[in-house]
Amino acid sequence: MSKRKPYQREMKNDWWLKNIFYSRYMIREGSSILITLYSLILAWGVFRLSQGAEAFNAWLSALQHPVSIIFHLLVLLIALYHTLTWFSLAPKAVDLYIKGKPLDGRLIVAGHYITFVIATVFCLVIIML
Amino acid sequence: MTDKTIEIEILRYRPEQDEKPFPQQFEVPYHPDMSILEALQYIKDHLDSTVSFRWSCRMAICGSCGLMVNNIPKLGCKAFLRDYYPQKVKLEALANFPIERDLIVVMDDFIKKLEEIKPYIIPESDDKCLSEGTYKQTPEQMEKYAKFSMCINCGLCYSACPQYGLDKNFTGPAALALLARYNRDSRDAGSAERMKIVNQEQGVWSCTFVGYCSVVCPKGVDPAAAIQLLKVESSKDYLIGMFKPD
Repeated sequence: MSKRKPYQREMKNDWWLKNIFYSRYMIREGSSILITLYSLILAWGVFRLSQGAEAFNAWLSALQHPVSIIFHLLVLLIALYHTLTWFSLAPKAVDLYIKGKPLDGRLIVAGHYITFVIATVFCLVIIML
Repeated sequence: MTDKTIEIEILRYRPEQDEKPFPQQFEVPYHPDMSILEALQYIKDHLDSTVSFRWSCRMAICGSCGLMVNNIPKLGCKAFLRDYYPQKVKLEALANFPIERDLIVVMDDFIKKLEEIKPYIIPESDDKCLSEGTYKQTPEQMEKYAKFSMCINCGLCYSACPQYGLDKNFTGPAALALLARYNRDSRDAGSAERMKIVNQEQGVWSCTFVGYCSVVCPKGVDPAAAIQLLKVESSKDYLIGMFKPD
C-alpha cells in the first residue's frame, strides 16, 4: 500500500507581508482603492456643478478642509508610486524591434517619463490659463 | 579545512510518520564556495541519511534542486552559503506545491500544464517532404523567442507566484512562457490552438503582474514579460474576433 500523503501548506492571509517584493506589489495594486475614492470625489464635483454655482462652490470649499487636503496629498503620493512602478515594468509589455534588435528597455522607460512630463506641463498650462 | 560552521534548518516531512512538517537543525562545516546543495549532501552523508531532496546536474541545467532558501525560491546548486553566513539558513520545500517528503514537492500539476500548452512545433502542413529540406530561420526570427526557450522547468516561478498559490487553476508563468516561445517561433503554425488557452480566465488573465517570477528565474527567462506580451496578443485576438468571428 502506498504511504504517499502529500502535505498541502496553507497560504496565510499575511503572505504579502513576508516579502518586501510582495508588499510593494500590494501597495501598487492597493493604490487603486485611494484612486477610486479620489475619482468619486471628482465625479461628485461634476454632479454638484450640474446643480448650479452655489452647490459647486460648497463642494470647492469642502475640498479646502484639512482632512481633504491630507487625503489628496496622500492620493498624489500613492498615484506617483503607482505610476513610477508601472513605468519601470513597461519594457516587459513592449515588443518593439529596430533592425532586428529588441528596443532597449531604458529607452522605453525614458519615453514614458518624457510623455509624463509633457502631459503634466500641458495640464498645468491649461489650469493656469 | 576550516573550523567554521553554519546552522541549517530544514523543514522535514516524513509522510509515513508525521502529521505535519517540523523544523530540524543541522550544524554544517562552512566553506565560502559551498553551495546549499553541497550542504544538503553533507547532511545526508554525515548527519542524517533520511533527509530527502532532489538533485542531478549540480550546475543549474537540470532544474531538479529548487527549494525555498530563507523563504525565497532558489536552485540549491546556484545558491551559496557565503551569501548567508554567519546567519542561519532556513530550507523548505518549494512554496505553492504540496510536499511529497522533506524538500521534495509534487510537481504533477506543473507538468500537466506544460503538456497542455502543446510545447512542440505545429507545422503549417504535415505533407512537407523530407527532401524539401529543413525549416529555415534567420537570427532575427530566433531572437523573438530565444529568451523564452531557456526554461529548465525548475518550478521556481510557480513558487514565487502568489496568483498560482491562491488559485491552482492558473496556467502559471513557466507554461505560459513556453507557450509564448512556440507562438513566437516563425516555423510554428499552432498559435490559434494555443490562444484558446491564453484567452481563458485561467490563462494570461489570472496574472496580475506581480513580476516576482522573473526575479527568481535562474535562467533569465522573464515569464512576466512573456505573459504581458500574450495579454497584448489576447486583446488583439478578442478585437479581431469581434469583427471576424470564426
